[in-house]
Amino acid sequence: MKKTTLLASAMGLILSTGLAQADTNKLLLTGGVSTIAGSAGGGLTPWAVIGTNATEGEIGVSAYASRAKTQDYSLNGYGVAIGIHDRVEVSLARQDLNASPTFALNGFAGQAVSPGEHIKMDVLGLKVKVAGDAVLNSDSWMPQIAVGLEHKRVDPGSLQGIFTVLGVKDSGTDFYVSATKLFLGNGLLVNATLRSTNANQNGLLGFGSAMPGKNSRSLQPEFSVAYLLSKNVAIGAEYRFKPNNLQPHLSGSALAEDDWKDIFIAWAPTKNVSITAAYVDLGRIVSAVTPNQRKQTGYYLSTQLAF
Amino acid sequence: MKNHFLSLGLTCAVLMSAPAMAQTMPAPAMPAPDALYQSFGQKAGIAKVIDNAVDRWMADPRIKPFFKDTVPQRLKFSLTEQVCQLTGGPCAYTGQDMKTAHAAMGVNKAAFNNLVEGLQLAMDAEKIPFTVQNRLLALLAPMNRDIITVR
Repeated sequence: MKKTTLLASAMGLILSTGLAQADTNKLLLTGGVSTIAGSAGGGLTPWAVIGTNATEGEIGVSAYASRAKTQDYSLNGYGVAIGIHDRVEVSLARQDLNASPTFALNGFAGQAVSPGEHIKMDVLGLKVKVAGDAVLNSDSWMPQIAVGLEHKRVDPGSLQGIFTVLGVKDSGTDFYVSATKLFLGNGLLVNATLRSTNANQNGLLGFGSAMPGKNSRSLQPEFSVAYLLSKNVAIGAEYRFKPNNLQPHLSGSALAEDDWKDIFIAWAPTKNVSITAAYVDLGRIVSAVTPNQRKQTGYYLSTQLAF
Repeated sequence: MKNHFLSLGLTCAVLMSAPAMAQTMPAPAMPAPDALYQSFGQKAGIAKVIDNAVDRWMADPRIKPFFKDTVPQRLKFSLTEQVCQLTGGPCAYTGQDMKTAHAAMGVNKAAFNNLVEGLQLAMDAEKIPFTVQNRLLALLAPMNRDIITVR
């Protein structure tokens, strides 16, 4: 069975199971939204919250579809997650980057690149809550803490040759720890995540680096804040520090990697649906092939169905 | 001559110290200890919210079994006293502590969350502003540790 068909079937099965037994009881918005990697959190950063609407003693499911578009690239994503007893979260996500600007690399180091190329990446996520409660222990400073991993596999299509030249691998695993707390009296949520990663551009440009002196795996911090305007609406901002493993491959800053940031608004019209819109700044992405090495900014839109 | 200089000097001293005095005058604004009680509309306002909340809980199919032996009026009275005291009002809660009151009930997290939702809806119905709602929830939420016995 083709990988995409398998993924779609899995999602369909999980969703229909969810619909059949929608007796889940998390408080509104306390499962977060879906990150671009499929885990629960903000849009860019995983939080310590366990996704879906399932609380202790329950099993829940969620699914999302998202799209980000910047000046020279677009990224579509979709995925599913299962939340078990508000303790364990398993997620599966697919990212599809329209990387047509990379056609300009055709012929580089004798490698042929097809026009209109897409880079696809699958992410298998696992998260376990290890301590605390993000919402209810409002009389203490203690946050909710979770540890997780994101195992990523990238399919660069005809860019595989370039990947080999750069010395980057096609798969890698991020490990992270997150601490999340909703200061209930103030309606303010804060999250800090520390990620161990060797992914370039989140994995879209492979994993690791053959550059001398470049430390392949590094620790990167990520931060989110969100403010509840009402029961159903939250606004917030995120900042993800990123490694810069591929500079100075090619020439100078051709493959430089910048931090990712966004400001977002999330709206949950019902217990089962949430919509997130964000302005994203993804910095330079293969700036060698983008006009004036410009940084990539644009919109991000995501909808999540959760049971 | 000496008296003029003396009075001039004294006047100057008073004038120069006046701005310094003014700078030490205003006290920092402190929230009144019963601010939340006032925000709820005092005991009458709290009673309306509790009245609404208890009715919702007892009608909610997910949690009504927990209230099968409850006398609504007694629960409403007791909760109003409790919230009045908690928000800084002039009340004395004389009911059971949360642990004792819920020890035999077998409340799980889902039921607790359902209760919170009912309270939120009651506060919405009574037009309590969202920020005020959260301040009360922040005072009640830690009780989850005594109320939830099924983990």
